[in-house]
Amino acid sequence: MLKCSLDKLQALFAKIAENAKLYLPIDNSDGTASYGEWSEGTAWSNALNTTKSPKDFFFPQTEDLMKFKTEGKNIEVIDVRRECEDFVIFGVRACDVKSFDILDRVFLTEPRDSYYAMKRAHGIIVSVACQKPAETCFCGTFGIDATEPAGDVTAWKSEDALYLRANTEKGSALLDKLADLLEEGSDEAVTAQKEKTKKILDKLPLKELTTDAFGGGKTKELFDDPAWDALSATCLGCGTCTFVCPTCQCYDIKDFNTGNGVVRYRCWDSCMYSEFTRMAHGNNRLTQKERFRQRFMHKLVYFPENNDGMFSCVGCGRCLAKCPISMNIVKVMKKIGGNKGE
Amino acid sequence: MQKITREQLLEKACALLASGEVSCVLGWGAGEFGYDVTPTVFKTAEELKEGFVFGDFCGVNFSKYLVSKTQKLEGKILVFLKPCDTYSFNQLLTEHRFDREKVYAVGIPCEGMADIAKVKAIAGEGIVSIEAKGEKLLVTTLYEDAPVEIDAKDVLAERCVNCKSKKHVAYDELLGEEGDVLDSARFDEVARLEAMTPDERFAFWQNELSKCIRCNACRDACPACTCEKCVFDNPNSGVENKSPANSFEEKMFHIIRAFHVAGRCTDCGECSRVCPQNIPLHLLNRKFIKDINEFYGEYQAGAEVGARAPLVNYTTEDLEPGEVFDRRGENA
Repeated sequence: MLKCSLDKLQALFAKIAENAKLYLPIDNSDGTASYGEWSEGTAWSNALNTTKSPKDFFFPQTEDLMKFKTEGKNIEVIDVRRECEDFVIFGVRACDVKSFDILDRVFLTEPRDSYYAMKRAHGIIVSVACQKPAETCFCGTFGIDATEPAGDVTAWKSEDALYLRANTEKGSALLDKLADLLEEGSDEAVTAQKEKTKKILDKLPLKELTTDAFGGGKTKELFDDPAWDALSATCLGCGTCTFVCPTCQCYDIKDFNTGNGVVRYRCWDSCMYSEFTRMAHGNNRLTQKERFRQRFMHKLVYFPENNDGMFSCVGCGRCLAKCPISMNIVKVMKKIGGNKGE
Repeated sequence: MQKITREQLLEKACALLASGEVSCVLGWGAGEFGYDVTPTVFKTAEELKEGFVFGDFCGVNFSKYLVSKTQKLEGKILVFLKPCDTYSFNQLLTEHRFDREKVYAVGIPCEGMADIAKVKAIAGEGIVSIEAKGEKLLVTTLYEDAPVEIDAKDVLAERCVNCKSKKHVAYDELLGEEGDVLDSARFDEVARLEAMTPDERFAFWQNELSKCIRCNACRDACPACTCEKCVFDNPNSGVENKSPANSFEEKMFHIIRAFHVAGRCTDCGECSRVCPQNIPLHLLNRKFIKDINEFYGEYQAGAEVGARAPLVNYTTEDLEPGEVFDRRGENA
């Protein structure tokens, strides 16, 4: 275990930024936080989490895939992929680190998504353990330990120091470069902090939420549950839940006409939208109830069915905090899952 | 904080269901933490008794739901309307967006709704429950041993701090006392933006609108946005986009939307309430309202059904475009 005193934190950031772009949660003027690039003097936010998740780093909201240039009867296809440089994402919470595993399942299984893979290979993740979980947190439901996040390096912040432990080769290489600013630290401070956080985790209101009623093979049992009608009755059909979600990974590919060619890009799509997965025959989900059900069945049934039982929710609580009508996966799990237990 | 109680509303709803006057109730459903209230369709007295709540976090404007619900649900719908909601209700009726005969509207008084972000700023994170006690809110959090007591008036939502009216302009039945149209300071922030130089103002909106993630929540919650197929959802429109393709495109979306609802927006404030990025979208709409008031005389959309709104009416007194330009000189 290594440690860096908190008064050297800016020096640590500066050192990281010498070799790679450094991104971290930064406070916005309105009390929220978002990931931004560090530059001299940029303060690391104390916020529990950012409004948007860090999935943008690997799977940006919009991304050019290729370009076509036309000249006379010739069409030139331009590959816009470029070798990207190493970058560090600092301060990622346990839930969001886990979301990268889920995204990997989608983008790194054959056929691999080269755009995602490139960024993933160059991204170095420094996670940080939670100390002040919110009422909306339920990562424990998905087997995530908020005090022991994964990532290339795991960090714990105490009163006066940042404790750091490398988990991977990439992580060790990063810490080696920072050696001047680091000293040996004892595990005791970290253990004590973890114990303290665990006491709060034990008090979380959503602690009892379980996935028992969900998982692969449950399609038949859950699909026609009458509760979907009431749960989806007032859904606005906006994309807030999907866009703040760290694991939602659906996208659309579109062509933008530049006048003398085409930019083919992809952008996040939302299963809440009426035009989602529109096909030649029209739409396959005509009502908001069907679209709403799709989102939760995907996370709780279809995804685990196709991915060795892995649920595609990490309990970060963003949708709980941001849905305009406060309808969310917890309310769905309690209603649909609760029915099964009775 | 609210003068009308859950029990009074529950009693009214159960009585109307029992008499057969209405077949369902559009009301507020209980959440997990006291503030995360979900608009809910209740069909029986049992459902109401189990899940219906009313309190300081019931800010959702139900009026827009009537457009779809009156088409889908059988029988009459009971809807509870706060004063500001009744303006949206009338505006939708003016635009023939739902069948008035299928709605039983109960006007309820409102003392202003709370903004959970303001509650968190005072009481801290980790809110597990909130209880109203007179003018106070008792906020229980994971991090304080005893509930934190805060003044409800300190956490009022912006739109309630600047409440424009406690008067109901539409209802079948009114519970509690009728209020008055109020003088509010709602245009102060617009005036502040108007006083900026064009560059400052551009920078302000550039900063705000660049936060947009194009979730469309503002549009989907807006009672003035009731097109069955929004131009931005229509793949044949040429402007359909699921993402902010660039910063110009993003500003275009919000500014076009503001133009589209100009003269019809009642300033209910739902757009800003639902924005996950806290963009003060209501300021765009208030700018139009302020301009309309200044150019054509005071006009409040939704104040009466069937009103000829200034932008869709012609009078010989209408001012000429040149006069609009003159008004601001170089800053126009």
